[in-house]
Amino acid sequence: MITKEEVKHIAKLARLGLSDKEIGEFQKELSKILNYIEKLKEVDISNIKPTSHSIALENVMREDAEKEKLKTKKEKLLELAPESKNGYLKVKSIL
Amino acid sequence: MELTNLTITQIHQALIKKEFSALELCQTYLEKIEKDDKKINAFLTITKDLAILQAKRIDEMLQINREIPLLAGIPMAVKDIILVAEVKCTAGSKILENYIAPYDARVIKKLKGQGVVILGKTNLDEFAMGSSTENSAFFPTKNPHDTNRVPGGSSGGSAAAVAANLCAFALGSDTGGSIRQPASFCGIVGLKPTYGAVSRYGLIAFASSLDQIGPMTKTVEDAKIVFEAIKGKDESDSTSVESEIRNSKNELPTEAKVKKKTTTKSSSPFEIRNLRIGVPKEYFIEGIDPEVEKIIKEAIKKYEGMGAKILEISLPHTEYALPCYYIIAPSEASANLARYDAIRYGEIKNKSASWRTKIKNLFDYYLKARGEGFGQEVRRRIMLGTYVLSAGYYEAYYLRAQKVRTLIRDDFNKAFQKVDVIFTPVSPTPAFKLGEKIDDPLKMYLSDIFTAPINLAGLPAISIPAGRVGNLPVGFQIIGKPFEEEKIFEVAKIYERN
Repeated sequence: MITKEEVKHIAKLARLGLSDKEIGEFQKELSKILNYIEKLKEVDISNIKPTSHSIALENVMREDAEKEKLKTKKEKLLELAPESKNGYLKVKSIL
Repeated sequence: MELTNLTITQIHQALIKKEFSALELCQTYLEKIEKDDKKINAFLTITKDLAILQAKRIDEMLQINREIPLLAGIPMAVKDIILVAEVKCTAGSKILENYIAPYDARVIKKLKGQGVVILGKTNLDEFAMGSSTENSAFFPTKNPHDTNRVPGGSSGGSAAAVAANLCAFALGSDTGGSIRQPASFCGIVGLKPTYGAVSRYGLIAFASSLDQIGPMTKTVEDAKIVFEAIKGKDESDSTSVESEIRNSKNELPTEAKVKKKTTTKSSSPFEIRNLRIGVPKEYFIEGIDPEVEKIIKEAIKKYEGMGAKILEISLPHTEYALPCYYIIAPSEASANLARYDAIRYGEIKNKSASWRTKIKNLFDYYLKARGEGFGQEVRRRIMLGTYVLSAGYYEAYYLRAQKVRTLIRDDFNKAFQKVDVIFTPVSPTPAFKLGEKIDDPLKMYLSDIFTAPINLAGLPAISIPAGRVGNLPVGFQIIGKPFEEEKIFEVAKIYERN
């Protein structure tokens, strides 16, 4: 069982605001799921290489030259932002 | 003739013969959606103006007797996690409630190039996380065969729309079963292509090493037509790969473009007596509905009767696939969903003055915007992913899961040395009731027990209708070797014909 403090810590890392009631719920639910995935501890994984992708990936290279300008307009992307000013995104102060 | 029952090939022939116009067809579908979707709730957005415009363009071409591609004028629906330029794309989430896609996903660009008619965007579990479409932030979709039951998920809106004849075909996405399980529950055909076969550019990411876009259709032939139209390497998706079999149909002709005739690679004709079908014993386990098991076993017998060789195989790490999936998928999701900061995009609803005054700094803004913007299941998976990736746990969970993933893939590789395709059930049960599993996440996760291993291995797999339990459809799954979608189609067609 994970602790309430751990749930709070994880929520902070994940930038999720949770109420006290939700923290209690997540504590129960996450413990149950973590308990289920513990099953993987039964598997012998010595000398096994990890798989990150099912197909072999290659680095994709391109010529180091200027690329065609993006067709999506800056204004169009700014319109999607909840708040912007003078062509910049507006954010709350960091401190 | 009931227009909304027609398959892609039937519509294509009728359009050429001018039995009806693309606009008439499009309007028939729009009217049917208006009338019938009240009961099913498959659609989140109807793109009426876009559809009419696209249909008229095809009629203009037909009027001057121009040759049209197979998909020209075909009314379709798009899962609302795939971007269509200038159309809202919510991913089923409050955090993207007002997000207007600034560009077309690659698959949409390709389909528009063929002249499809886009009717609208379909409902889904928020960010494709779920197996019932009940996790949509807007409303649940109902199963057209029984409106007290779920259509499956996460591509439940697309599956229900195809099954209820609200579109000729639809696009879905599949991370752990999200095309195949709803296809099974709704009695339609659903293909998850090989990882990399279809570009993911413009698909809102859930778990990037597992996600694939695929067709959801009424017939196997239709799935093949759509798959051929959307597949191929794309420089905007570095994980996409060119399949060896070339597209058989050309794109819409443009004045500047000279049409090149591409011929399909001639391979030896497919013969069922040479087919070796593997049946993994680990997929017929306790917990599977006996009626479902019976239907799948009968389907296998049918192939045996036609001369195919049936071989019992073993995929020994099957029981570890779902726990493995529930480490890898949430880990990737927690990283992918970090981008929803509600600053660059993502509207915050009810931004009242009091809402604002409580926020002192950027950190508080993130907590509030993300805490309120994401639903329960999405937050659960972000939390799980963040936990298993956090300091001190990485090796115990994520790295271990990646190693188990290797073993799961090796199981399939070994099996495919002896067999050509593998047959399994799609889901242990037919469609369950709305509300039945929503309060028990683990129970819900088990719906994907037969589909998630295939995503971990990156293999192509199709769900095709095999029978019914009462009124409820049951699908069976045909799994193929990487990039052997063509063989899957051939094998599936035999079943459809007999």
